[in-house]
Amino acid sequence: MIKLISKISLFLAILLQSSIAFAQAKPVLNSGDASWMLTSTALVLLMTIPGLALFYGGLVGKKNVVSTISQSFMITCIVTLMWFICGYSLTFGEGNLFIGDFSKTFLKGVEVAGLTMTIPESVFVVYQLTFAIITVALICGSIVERINFGALFLFVILWVILVYAPIGHMVWGGGYLSKMGVLDFAGGTVVHINSGIAGLVAAIVIGKRKSKVRPHNVALTMIGASMLWVGWFGFNAGSAVAANGSAGMAMLVTQIAAASAGIAWMLAEWFTGEKKPSLLGLCSGAVAGLVAITPAAGFVSPTSAFLIGLIAGVLCFLACTKLKSALGYDDALDVFGIHAFGGAIGAVLTGVFVTKAIGGEVEGGFDQVKLQLLGVAVTVIYTAVITYIILKVVNLITPLRASDTEEKEGLDLSQHGEQIS
Amino acid sequence: MKLITAIIKPEQADNVKKALNKIGVDGLTMTDVKGYGRQKGHTEFYRGSEYEVAFLPKTKLEIAVSSKKYTKALQTILKTAKTGKIGDGKIFVTNLSQVIRVRTGEKGDKAI
Repeated sequence: MIKLISKISLFLAILLQSSIAFAQAKPVLNSGDASWMLTSTALVLLMTIPGLALFYGGLVGKKNVVSTISQSFMITCIVTLMWFICGYSLTFGEGNLFIGDFSKTFLKGVEVAGLTMTIPESVFVVYQLTFAIITVALICGSIVERINFGALFLFVILWVILVYAPIGHMVWGGGYLSKMGVLDFAGGTVVHINSGIAGLVAAIVIGKRKSKVRPHNVALTMIGASMLWVGWFGFNAGSAVAANGSAGMAMLVTQIAAASAGIAWMLAEWFTGEKKPSLLGLCSGAVAGLVAITPAAGFVSPTSAFLIGLIAGVLCFLACTKLKSALGYDDALDVFGIHAFGGAIGAVLTGVFVTKAIGGEVEGGFDQVKLQLLGVAVTVIYTAVITYIILKVVNLITPLRASDTEEKEGLDLSQHGEQIS
Repeated sequence: MKLITAIIKPEQADNVKKALNKIGVDGLTMTDVKGYGRQKGHTEFYRGSEYEVAFLPKTKLEIAVSSKKYTKALQTILKTAKTGKIGDGKIFVTNLSQVIRVRTGEKGDKAI
């Protein structure tokens, strides 16, 4: 009898092993994973339209609302076309350590039966596209109320190919930074540091606004921030590219970090500065927390997420309120202060808090922090230099900045011929 | 006949209207306006940036009254519009040379 059982178990073990080998040899579609990724894709698109559009739209003056929200929408369209033409191929094509190749231009080879990991490649293409869209759309926050729409259009086309594709490839496409062991679960480097630095450079090159008016409707901003928060579940939990424990844990830590950063910012504001807890402070803090947890989401525990949120909430508050006024740049809607700063904080703290118990392949420590700093440095330098060059080139074709009269009249009427109410 | 123009705090407008109704002043015109007086504007803070708001929202009431009801109406407005804090507003009084009811063509006190 015992012999029989041992024989059966041996047989089962062989069967199991061969099935694992089979799975490794040929990827198999997992419908659970696929359906979660279809959902995540929709959630991340929702972050940009209308989420980010409203978040930014509420923060500008009444005469620049159409202009601001149309930027997000235009970017959604044009980045989609660039992704289709060569963006996806340059980011995820095999290529070299720094950029993909042209093997998948016009999405050649993306077929019904094609798989990426356990999901259809078609879903992977759109999921990754939504990340490219929001990265580019985030930049606009730095340059609203004075950017020339035509110049932005050209800038976006060049930037998504020359900056987003190589950085995305280096981190996620099997390029240099991923080979070095830099950790970025859902895009702290690729999305947030990248857009934040590009925004800062653009704000400096384009120059300050002639006059600043107060946000015309912080209620819209709160609605936008809430959509960003909900959409971020697709962003972070979707980055597991599976419907599994890692996705669940990413969702959990995302929620905790957003909440603790919202409270941290609120308290920081309440006990300094104006001594009032503002709605905008709560929303800004939550977004800062979401940014900071992004690179760490699949790697850290809930307690670490709480701490990451706390630190990001306070430091981003200081960056937006103190650093900005000390240095004097006009990063209109704080893309640098929240996304680059929060992204860098998240990248470094990922190196501190990553743990094998949650799903990291290493334990946090000084060595990992050094690697994370390398990732931040490469992104900051590359993005800053190339963004600067792109802006200068665009400026040769069409002025980056709206004319003084257009700016005074408001970009809604002067550039779009439309206005709200 | 007098025309009373009262620029008051928006949150007091309802009180004033009710009190005037009680003493038999039956018509008034209300407009949302913006302006400043000695109070000046105020500052608002958004992410640490300071914004001057130069014009504050106020409510303008225009009330035509007969000479008989004028003093009573003025006292009522003063009493009900007042909070005692800065920014309570101002009242302007002008003489009214004529009032005509459009529907009937009645003139003077009868038209008020």
